[in-house]
Amino acid sequence: MALDDIYKEVILDHYKSPRNKRELAGATFTCSANNPLCGDEITVFANIADGTVAEVTFQGAGCSISQSSASMMTEAVAGKSVEGAKRMTADFRGMMAGEVEPDEDVFGDLVALKGVVKYPIRIKCAVLAWDVLQDALDGAGEASGVQPHTVS
Amino acid sequence: MATFDVQTVRSDFPILSRTVGDRPLVYLDNAATSQRPNQVIEAEADFYRHHNANAHRGLYMLGEEATELFEGARAKLAAFVGASTAESIVFTRGTTESMNLIAYGWGRKFLQPGDEVLITEMEHHSNIVPWQMATQATGATLRYIPLTDDGLLDLSDLDSLLTQRTKLLSVTGMSNALGTITPLAMLIQAAHAVGALVAVDGAQMVPHMAVDVEALDADFLAISGHKMLGPTASGGLYAKPELLEAMDPMFGGGEMIREVFHDHATWNTVPYKFEAGTMQIAQQVGLGAAIDYLNALGMDAVRAHELDITAYALDRLLGAGARIFGPLSAEARGGAISFWFKEVHPHDLATILNEEGVAIRAGHHCAQLVMRRYGVPATARASFYIYNTKEEVDALVDALARADGIFTF
Repeated sequence: MALDDIYKEVILDHYKSPRNKRELAGATFTCSANNPLCGDEITVFANIADGTVAEVTFQGAGCSISQSSASMMTEAVAGKSVEGAKRMTADFRGMMAGEVEPDEDVFGDLVALKGVVKYPIRIKCAVLAWDVLQDALDGAGEASGVQPHTVS
Repeated sequence: MATFDVQTVRSDFPILSRTVGDRPLVYLDNAATSQRPNQVIEAEADFYRHHNANAHRGLYMLGEEATELFEGARAKLAAFVGASTAESIVFTRGTTESMNLIAYGWGRKFLQPGDEVLITEMEHHSNIVPWQMATQATGATLRYIPLTDDGLLDLSDLDSLLTQRTKLLSVTGMSNALGTITPLAMLIQAAHAVGALVAVDGAQMVPHMAVDVEALDADFLAISGHKMLGPTASGGLYAKPELLEAMDPMFGGGEMIREVFHDHATWNTVPYKFEAGTMQIAQQVGLGAAIDYLNALGMDAVRAHELDITAYALDRLLGAGARIFGPLSAEARGGAISFWFKEVHPHDLATILNEEGVAIRAGHHCAQLVMRRYGVPATARASFYIYNTKEEVDALVDALARADGIFTF
């Protein structure tokens, strides 16, 4: 094991300068979760309409892995269809389970989180934001993505 | 002041010679669980190899030996905490089970609407949640002693919190999240003056300093075995004998009964009415060996060693720029030091320190009220015991520099 595997430059960059870390006014979906092990909390705001994830933002406090994963996620899923975002969520979980080899063209910066697989106890830090996104995407399926929807 | 040779102590703990990657293990998570010396590992193995049978049942030599060893461990635990009779010790899996036994066996039986249970904001969840459950079930009210900014109990309003309505004060002797040693003698006296009983969570106190429960006049004392060199699932509850008599059992089953009829049963004598089913016999026998080990060192020497190392660690951590939660003087605290190092999240810190072989805890330490009080989601915590050295504190502080290198932007 080497710390370079986990604390890659791109991860630290998203941690120190998180993208889309703000409340999203008029979000159609607002979902929250926390990691009882470490106390990390995250809220994901999403604008999902007509089967498309228009915009995703997040707020919360946590370790570099949970925060950078959330930051990268907001960039990665913006503009995707709900189905596409669900597929990406499944692939990300697969990558963190060591079962899916990520397509770098699709995953972009997210590939950097692959090194976390070597630190099993930290995997849930990386997946936390995606669990919350999944709630929003599931909610979009149920509500056709038009009504404001809150899951906590 | 008696002392002991730390290197000799270390040689009794086989795990301390293992490595983490290519680094020697520096184990600083003793507040979560201690390591075990050969003497304890061997006592447990020896029980299985040579004496294993169920206790209090077999009318044959092995059964007698098992019973004798099990009851011998009870007598050792009683003497270790200053209880004059072994019957005042109920064996449990540890502090959590002990606190639940008080809350269930005493709380649910005797608490009524209008009664109050007083605890503190520095309690471990195991001394909060059982009281939430017991007060909700009985209609009693749960109240809290707040904390000061520097991690002490804020007793400025004690007179209005501890009143004739208070039926029980349940308080830690030493905080697992802040290290704080609480003023037990004064609190017990004040509680008794209003007619309240006192339960002491001894999980962190009993392993680290001499305790005389009868001199303190505590009514209950919860004891963890695995935090004081004993096997996991060892430990006990001390209670004054008349309280054990009055309490209800929590578990029904074998051994805890005297007679069983179609519609009811009668209870065994104390403490056996609380010990249903086959107990953790080998583990409690191992705890007996742990107590022998600590007694041979002397609990005053144990405390002196930890004072020395805690003072050194406080000094070095503060010097490195850490923010420490809890008292800054070693005399006012135990060896569990919660801290934040600059802006490095405790989870990241624990991962980086692990790379240097240093094992610390990162999280809320089952004390979310403490985390909320001081406005942090989690802390890093280093906690010491008899085998830790100043060189290991140095290894901790050196490893912090590596975190600094990664997270200084």
